[in-house]
Amino acid sequence: MKFPTPPRADERKVLGHAVPRIEDRPLVTGHGRYAGDVSFSHQLHMRIVRSAHAHARLVAVDATAARAHPGVVAVWTGDDVSDVPPIDFRDPSAEALKPYRQPVLARGRVRYVGDPVAAVFAEDPYVAEDAAELVEVAVEPLPVLLDAHELGEFDAGRPTEPTIIRHSFGDVDAAFATAHAVVELTLTAGRHSGVPMETRGAIGRYDASRDVLELHGAAKVPHRNKETLVRMLKRSPHGIHLFEGATGGGFGIRGELYPEDVLVLLAAMRLGRPVKWIEDRREHLIAANHSRHQHHRVRAAVDAQGHLLGITDEFFHDQGAYVRTHGARVVGRTMSMLTGPYKIGAYRAIGHFRLTNKTPAATYRAPGRYEGTFVRERLMDAIAHKLGLDRIELRRRNLIPGAEMPFTVEFDEPGAEELILDSGDYPALLDKALAHFKWNDVQAEAARRRAAGEAVGTGVGLFVEESGRGPADGAKISVDRDGVVEVVTGGASVGQGFATAMAQICAEALGVDYAAIRVVHGRTDRIAYGIGAHAARATVMTGGAVNETALKLRAKALDYAAELLQTPAEELDIAAGVVRRKGGDGGPSITLGEIARRVAPGAEILHGREPGLSAEAWFHADHTVFPYGAALALVRVDRDSGQATIERLMIAYEVGRAVNPMMLEGQLVGGAIQGVGGALFEEFTYDENGEPLAVSFADYLMPTLRETPAVDVLIAEDFPSPRNPLGLKGGGEGGINAIGAIVAGAIDEAIGMPGAVTRLPVTPQRLREILR
Amino acid sequence: MTEKIDITLTINGRDHAIRVEPRKTLVDAIRDDCGQTGTHIGCEHGICGACTIILDDEAVRSCLMFAVQAQGKKIRTVEGLANGDKLHPLQESFIKHHGLQCGFCTPGFLMLAVNMLERQPDIGDDEILEVLSSNLCRCTGYQNIIAAVRAAAADMRRAGAPA
Repeated sequence: MKFPTPPRADERKVLGHAVPRIEDRPLVTGHGRYAGDVSFSHQLHMRIVRSAHAHARLVAVDATAARAHPGVVAVWTGDDVSDVPPIDFRDPSAEALKPYRQPVLARGRVRYVGDPVAAVFAEDPYVAEDAAELVEVAVEPLPVLLDAHELGEFDAGRPTEPTIIRHSFGDVDAAFATAHAVVELTLTAGRHSGVPMETRGAIGRYDASRDVLELHGAAKVPHRNKETLVRMLKRSPHGIHLFEGATGGGFGIRGELYPEDVLVLLAAMRLGRPVKWIEDRREHLIAANHSRHQHHRVRAAVDAQGHLLGITDEFFHDQGAYVRTHGARVVGRTMSMLTGPYKIGAYRAIGHFRLTNKTPAATYRAPGRYEGTFVRERLMDAIAHKLGLDRIELRRRNLIPGAEMPFTVEFDEPGAEELILDSGDYPALLDKALAHFKWNDVQAEAARRRAAGEAVGTGVGLFVEESGRGPADGAKISVDRDGVVEVVTGGASVGQGFATAMAQICAEALGVDYAAIRVVHGRTDRIAYGIGAHAARATVMTGGAVNETALKLRAKALDYAAELLQTPAEELDIAAGVVRRKGGDGGPSITLGEIARRVAPGAEILHGREPGLSAEAWFHADHTVFPYGAALALVRVDRDSGQATIERLMIAYEVGRAVNPMMLEGQLVGGAIQGVGGALFEEFTYDENGEPLAVSFADYLMPTLRETPAVDVLIAEDFPSPRNPLGLKGGGEGGINAIGAIVAGAIDEAIGMPGAVTRLPVTPQRLREILR
Repeated sequence: MTEKIDITLTINGRDHAIRVEPRKTLVDAIRDDCGQTGTHIGCEHGICGACTIILDDEAVRSCLMFAVQAQGKKIRTVEGLANGDKLHPLQESFIKHHGLQCGFCTPGFLMLAVNMLERQPDIGDDEILEVLSSNLCRCTGYQNIIAAVRAAAADMRRAGAPA
């Protein structure tokens, strides 16, 4: 389905405008209800006993002393939950991955430091922690596997490589055989992750009077997790509900289904009391999903002008100890998006999905793209250097031209989803970005400074994002007799301003004040279906559903108003919640609240129609949409300390239509700074025994204000997506995408060593090694 | 379990008589025993600053203190910033400048900034940056936090009445 070009913001009342968020007032006054703020009377507190060994046979878990500790109600080990299946995949996954799923509590083996071994339930969280220390875990250490290049055994006869994924198109061998030059790089994206400011939390409650099991503290994908729990716990869908409150950041890792979520639910049922678990920061850093860690060997075949004839990439994805809810999706996304904005003759990617004895990994904001863009743009820099071409010119020669949009990237492998890049003009956005950044001036200035002895350089990267994955999402909107509008969605809010975006879309379509709209999300008891907030799909998909529903409700309201005001519906308009004749303030009018009162159950005017001023509708999407961007940086290196400092950072981003430019800019800036973290500071490192070395904020270094450059954002709305009526393309993940890539390129130039950066993060230690 | 003792915490001008173990952290007591959950826990080792409160006249990390140490002192938390329906200028400014996304670090930043502007109404831009560098935010990239605080500082100076 192809939709016409939607209006720009200046032709709209609230959609597209930088209005303040409706979420903020409770959050700045201390009234946000995060997981830790949820408590029920008579609740128990859970503490997890975690493996101190990276890989060992679990000989015995002795909880005798812990059970005897005053205030302890129960202690469970793997044997107590042996009837519970491992944490299941969210989507149907290859059968081959199933044996690698994580059990709720370890049995037989522990596979990473942090692997849950036992759960203590006590009257008080301090007591639970005391008792956890009394649980004795006897193990026989096993060889520890820490490098994804190496292959080991997960179980007898089962390798640590559950699957290899392949994506290819074109004749790669011919491309390399006829190449003018071949460029080969070995690159590593470091292990880091989302690390939201709020740690995870889960509160389980079983209401025996209604036979309903509740999970509070849910986030990101409550509806999807509910379906997984229905399968795992064998409950009917009406018998389990998830509740999302305020969420202290998500970034892909929070809100996935983890062992602790299942444990609080089981305990709530079996122990007959609500059970609360709040993760501490050390646990978070060793138990919540890691991400990104991949080793790539990438090769490009180019002709004399630098055109990309072919690319091959073989990479090793360091998954950690188990396969979690996403299966092998990050490997698939890495290779499907690796070619990005460029037109390439032939392509062959082989992704080795490898297990190691580290914290399991999954998606972090722009999963597979931060990594893939690092690889691709490093490659482009290397080709430019090899051929003596300007970096920008080389990219320009290879970008998919605007005239070829929509552009399809199709893979040979059956089941490998094609990419149909929906709309855009990549070279045009690059030009806009360069002009805005004053690239030529900045280049000249950097050259002058280098000549004067400074180490400064510029980096450039182009990227494509994917957003708005279907298949469908629905919404329900109702107006109460006071005229207050409630929008019920199956979306989720991880702090991105979801409620405001939905309120703006609803307000525009319906004709009401956005600030007075109540938006419901993350509640499986209010709407049966939902896709949540991931892969930058909430605004596109749920927003599409809200728009459909609001338009349907508008038509309904106008029909009733036409009857009540004795005026044809097409002569009426709704503004600020009041229906009146178009173009005039005079004449008869009626508020939406009054209409709601007049169509209450039993009302005369219904004439057999269903009562209430409400509507429900769906939005379907059969293809994703592809926002894209360019990122530019100016970086200074201190040769003595090895510290790289980002002086300037810019993101140009084509979003189709921005629902709220202020929030979009916030997403892009916030993402960019997370990208800086992954480029320069953040890394989960391990010693040779698999002992994690980044277990506090003193070792896992996230950017503070001091390390944070101002980020200049250029929002482009030149190519609204034809795949949804509002022209939207997602905005949640673009900011982070190319940061690793451009920081690497800028450091290379700063130190005058093309290709020097092959590994992220570029910590001062690594940079000093490079400079030595 | 150690013996619990009776203490009184004075939070935003209200006394809370509570019974806690001597080892209970101040932030846990504020949240769990006094029900003031606006103060958040981000790391429990004094780095992120999400639990920042104002104790007498100083911004402190309430995860690094025991509740018993706060007895007899005036505790201010985010719940005490607004005056009825009227938000503190910093709260207004955070909303206006989009200085928050998930909002989890916001109470800590607000208390840090409120204390900073109360102690030093004429604080310069560079010093503001220095002070605010002590707390972590994962959503905003700090850009709008600093904008919000600088704008509020200017507004409050113009109004001539630091809160």
